[in-house]
Amino acid sequence: MSENTTCACTSTKAAVEYLNSVEYKEKNFARKALSINPAKACQPLGALLCALGIEGCLPFVHGSQGCAAYFRNTLNRHFREPIPTVSDSMTEDSAVFGGQNNLIEGLKNAYQVYKPSMMAVFTTCMAEVIGDDLNAFINNARAAESIPKDFPIAFAQTPSFVGSHITGFDNMLKALLQSLADTRHGKWTNGRLYLVPGFDTYPGNLREYKKLVRAMGIPLTVLPDAEEAMDAPHTGEYNMYPKGTTMAELADALNASGFIFTQKFSTSGTYKFVKNVQKINTEMVTMPIGIKNTDNFLMALSEMTGKPIPAELEKERGRAVDSATDAHQYIHGKRFAMFGDPDLLLGLTGFLLEMGGIPVHIVCTNGTEAFRKELQKVLDGSPFGKEATVHTGRDLWHLRSLLMTEPVDMLLGDSHGKFDAKDANIPLVRIGFPIVDRVNMHRSPIVGYEGAINLVTMIANTFMEQTDRTCPDRFFELLR
Amino acid sequence: MAEQETPKYTPATPEMVDEVLSAYPDRAKKMRAKHITVKTEGCASCSVKSNSKTVPGLMTARGCAYAGAKGVVFGPVKDMIHISHGPVGCGYYSWGNRRNLAEGELGVNNFVPFQFTSDFSENDIVYGGDKKLEQICREVKELFPTVKGISVMSECPVGLIGDDIESVSKKMSKELDLPIVPVRCEGFRGISQSLGHHIANDAVRDHLLGKKEREEEVGPYDVSLIGDYNIGGDAWASIKILEEMGLRVRNVWTGDSTIEMLQTAHQVKLNLIHCYRSMNYICKHMEETYGIPHMEFNFFGPTKIKQSIRAIAARFDETIQEKAEAVIAKYEPMMQAVIDKYRPRLEGKKVMLYVGGLRPRHVIGAYEDLGMEVVGTGYEFAHKDDYDRTMPMMGDNTVIYDDVTAYELEEFVNRMKPDLIGSGVKEKYVFEKMGYPFRQMHSWDYSGPYHAYDGFPIFARDMDIALSSPTWGLAKAPWKKETVKEVR
Repeated sequence: MSENTTCACTSTKAAVEYLNSVEYKEKNFARKALSINPAKACQPLGALLCALGIEGCLPFVHGSQGCAAYFRNTLNRHFREPIPTVSDSMTEDSAVFGGQNNLIEGLKNAYQVYKPSMMAVFTTCMAEVIGDDLNAFINNARAAESIPKDFPIAFAQTPSFVGSHITGFDNMLKALLQSLADTRHGKWTNGRLYLVPGFDTYPGNLREYKKLVRAMGIPLTVLPDAEEAMDAPHTGEYNMYPKGTTMAELADALNASGFIFTQKFSTSGTYKFVKNVQKINTEMVTMPIGIKNTDNFLMALSEMTGKPIPAELEKERGRAVDSATDAHQYIHGKRFAMFGDPDLLLGLTGFLLEMGGIPVHIVCTNGTEAFRKELQKVLDGSPFGKEATVHTGRDLWHLRSLLMTEPVDMLLGDSHGKFDAKDANIPLVRIGFPIVDRVNMHRSPIVGYEGAINLVTMIANTFMEQTDRTCPDRFFELLR
Repeated sequence: MAEQETPKYTPATPEMVDEVLSAYPDRAKKMRAKHITVKTEGCASCSVKSNSKTVPGLMTARGCAYAGAKGVVFGPVKDMIHISHGPVGCGYYSWGNRRNLAEGELGVNNFVPFQFTSDFSENDIVYGGDKKLEQICREVKELFPTVKGISVMSECPVGLIGDDIESVSKKMSKELDLPIVPVRCEGFRGISQSLGHHIANDAVRDHLLGKKEREEEVGPYDVSLIGDYNIGGDAWASIKILEEMGLRVRNVWTGDSTIEMLQTAHQVKLNLIHCYRSMNYICKHMEETYGIPHMEFNFFGPTKIKQSIRAIAARFDETIQEKAEAVIAKYEPMMQAVIDKYRPRLEGKKVMLYVGGLRPRHVIGAYEDLGMEVVGTGYEFAHKDDYDRTMPMMGDNTVIYDDVTAYELEEFVNRMKPDLIGSGVKEKYVFEKMGYPFRQMHSWDYSGPYHAYDGFPIFARDMDIALSSPTWGLAKAPWKKETVKEVR
């Protein structure tokens, strides 16, 4: 044992006690170089999810083929859906000579065999480190007639050593608009609202957005719309290119009557491009999780379009509020820890606060200082937010120390949280990505009024289930 | 519920393969044709090219050297900390995804469900990651004083920016008095997971094997179980048989294993190797260097298990041989009961496989025990010696495909119409959408174990679940007119 440790780890029990101690927490938070169970993936995964939202688009990974296999099976496991993606399988010789030959041959083969309407090319860190020039390579591929001269391709640089999967989503989306959207026709608009959901792994959320916007009578394009790619109906046939945002809708995107972004941190580059460069009527809202965030979303839509919020949505709102008041006693005063992507946490915090829940530990591995400030503002706006600390750049091993030293009642986050939750002996309600140990969690929305009802249901019922499973026999009763 | 359609199975023909490949551009067609064959009578043309580069742009299921080294070989060693050295993704995607079960206290003597990474930023790419790696090693020791060793699993950028992980490992190993193993498994090396296995085997050879001696003398029945990664508890099921035979399983490589098992594996009498592909290198090394013989065996399905038990026992004396017969006698009636239950339901069903490692050939016997026939099989990353072992096991008019592309496999299935497909998660939902019963044969579809006598009843049950699920009959809405599906 090295001298700088204070653990007298003579037994497993002693070692565990050390891991659970306050002293350990301090050491744990002092580490600078080692990352342990970080809740973030790398850029190309986000780029791939983005590409899946364009109808007829084949995602194309420029770099090492192992990356493509990893992105695919990570998404396969969460959605339980096929994830078609090709790569140009760069190997050691490409590391020396560059990946141009692989890209040219790969485009040709993929084009001929899989007959896509377009391809979205993005990079792995191998191609980024050797400095491959995608623009030149793709032009050379066209010149070599590997693909037709006018075949639509969008390409994005998605280095995995910058940002996280949400950065990759943003980069790919911006690239789609920059490469494949037609130039704006001055003041003329196509009368359609474009809704950008961001890195959202809930097809149920996209369906909910469509339902709400359509209820308001607003012509809508979701960009990108991976709803069907994430949740394709079983018909007995496999369709490699399910419905999504059409190429025509993508081409016409900059003529939109408006853009609404329902996440703030997963699409910030695209937002700036649309609002500041293209000067399109653009709104950005907090992910509409919970009643108030959904209210704000609908009011923003109404303001942008001049359309009133219809009575049917007011009724829906009423039902969601009813579910919240019906269940308030099960959530009020309960202490929560949560982790996940910035936008998810921002929305989820709003929801917890309006239920009287108390967020305590909020861990966001891929959160920035701007995110921390914004979330702090939300917390400061509620008496229930006083106990919370926002930890950006921290990981799930930090979270474990927090849970062991300052206990809470429940953890909210993706499946990776199950080990921390087990050690802390608290339930994990699975929200976020990836969820790989439960079925169908992605199919029901967590946004909108419907999503609020679902969250209330999941959280309150989990507490009641826990009471039933753990209470002494004499307290086991019919009513809860 | 609609009646399930009876699939019209059609055996493979060389013409079928030509037809499928005709969709490719010339160069791709020429390359791919060498990797696919239909075994015909006499088997004159029975060979496939393997272990060569994947054709760019054709959807491959293959992974990379890192996946082979960290994901397969090192990842399951439970009391070591495996650092995914480079950007965050590789460690994230391989985090908990291979079902290597391990017994132990998390954070104390079991680190398998963790993801440790140096999470490279742009600065690390520009200035190099060696200093960071030193710091990481110190932090590992500080935060996990009970850890028994560290492995440094390089990701692509590490090899490209010229970091010297070997020097850092050597230096820190001395400073921390801890084995630290540098593993040069950058994803661009080689053409699949396979080179990663080899690199990892070499790293074990150079840095761990023989570096420690168990004080106890080597017993006459001491063996190592090599190439069992304890997917869903496979190794535990295999150990149970071997120990009931009277053997002492000293080491498992690497399911539920410890660093000591890697260091002291030169102190056994025999190496029993299940996954030949990923561990043959080190077995050959131990044979040459330490004179430890190795033998392949197969614990899938009662027929192969019985043969294997006898073959293993033949390497030992009568005590073991008698116990081996007793083990067979004990379990055979149980296995017969499983066969009696499931065989009538599964008899004659046709199976197509596409997996990695040992399974494309090793599971054939288990299917045959249930009366099922494997009519197509192939490997993601096999070499010639794997196919040499596979060909004799296949019947006539079966198709063998190496590094099959998504397009090829879909087209072969469309034309041959097997009853069941066994492959990976990337293939699963494609074929299930098409209405084909499917089992993941890498992860046992989150079930298992499938190895040994404990595994076979679960295997049989799972295949039956896949084939007889009433959910397949729900696909067609009753008001839809019956249409004959044309082959594309």
